[in-house]
Amino acid sequence: MSAQRVDLELDCRDLLCPMPIIELARHVGDVSPGSVVGVVARDAAARVDVPAWCRMRGHEYLGEDLTPDGVARYLVRRLL
Amino acid sequence: MTPLRAGPYDLDSASSQPLHPRAREVLLAALDAGWADPRRLHQGARQARLLLDNARAAAAEALDVRPDELSFTSSGTDAVHRGLLGLLPRQRPAVVAHSAVEHSSVLHAADWTGSRRPVAVTRTGRIDPDALAEALTAGDVDAVAVQSANHEVGTRQPVDDLVLPEGVPLFVDACASMGRDPLPTAGDVLAGSAHKWGGPAGVGIMVVRKRTRWRNPFPADDRVDERVPGFENVPAALAAAAALQAVVAERQSAGPAQHALVAMVRERMAAVPDVEVVGDPEDRLPHLVTFSCLYVDGEALVLELDRLGFGVASGSACTASTLEPSHVLAAMGVLTHGNVRLSLQPGTTAEEVAAFCDALPGVVAELRARVGL
Repeated sequence: MSAQRVDLELDCRDLLCPMPIIELARHVGDVSPGSVVGVVARDAAARVDVPAWCRMRGHEYLGEDLTPDGVARYLVRRLL
Repeated sequence: MTPLRAGPYDLDSASSQPLHPRAREVLLAALDAGWADPRRLHQGARQARLLLDNARAAAAEALDVRPDELSFTSSGTDAVHRGLLGLLPRQRPAVVAHSAVEHSSVLHAADWTGSRRPVAVTRTGRIDPDALAEALTAGDVDAVAVQSANHEVGTRQPVDDLVLPEGVPLFVDACASMGRDPLPTAGDVLAGSAHKWGGPAGVGIMVVRKRTRWRNPFPADDRVDERVPGFENVPAALAAAAALQAVVAERQSAGPAQHALVAMVRERMAAVPDVEVVGDPEDRLPHLVTFSCLYVDGEALVLELDRLGFGVASGSACTASTLEPSHVLAAMGVLTHGNVRLSLQPGTTAEEVAAFCDALPGVVAELRARVGL
């Protein structure tokens, strides 16, 4: 998958669940509505929990791509 | 000596229940009366055989099946493994289509013999009939496995409404519901686990319905029941049957009462900020509910609740040895962290449930405060 442009990338590759989601919650407010946050995480739970968080908090989940070194990056568009 | 029972706040009956009082009575009596080899011809042996036959007849009656359709296995897992594998071909790797939320024992059995084809579920955890039809279109599926109800979220599956092609057998893991709900009418082979209805651990039930093409997938033995090897645990089988009879007799009143208590938990947990209550709100097991709390570590939550005297389970990754989140929650697309599964014991009171509901919001707020949220 080609890399999506992100406005803010959070390096959570060494964090375990639920820390990537906590980082996302802490920093989603750092970008303006309509901007995209990328969460880079190796933790298996992030694949389920990032979309679930988007649904619960009213943001848009855009899918996932890979960082150049092959780690999953989950993409979130801030809506509110 | 008073019976060993779970603590007053054990809310984890889906993991295990204390022995039903009736099972305990029967077990103690049968330990003295039913220890002999039911395969022998002398007096003590004949008595053991009689007790075993009684256990089979009583369990079959409670489940509304024929005694010759029912086998006692060494666990629910054993019933699942031999039940499912006995439906599959031996000469080539088999293909098992299954709901994506089956118990891991079903997944392990299918992996052992061939390949698996998971079938998607809805957000509430119910199998999607269209996805099942899609999984069957290639015509290469040897068996379908669909549970009667989900062990983590309580959602009942529409087992009796599934449409399967002629000749494709259905395996039903009924471990989560056996005793609480009537056995589905559908299902060629079904499995149950006694310690989930107040029988002793180490007893499972496998039902192989008449006219099912099932073959013992493991080495044979020369025991009373040709479907199951090993020396029969007559006292435990009898106690399991006694508990099953008792819970079936009690479920008309116990089921609705537990359903109402769980409805209260669902309502009160849904009111806690950023908590998602999952599973079907109505068409579910009466005694079980699961919810997930955003920004909370599942292990910390379980340990903190334990400190306050509440024993609960969790499907969060940090509570699993594999560090993988629950495949059930993942398949449903619901939050996997901060997860709590609460399941009522037979003796759980409204006061205990209310105490849990009172305590949880503070625990969650405290754990969130620790991470600054």
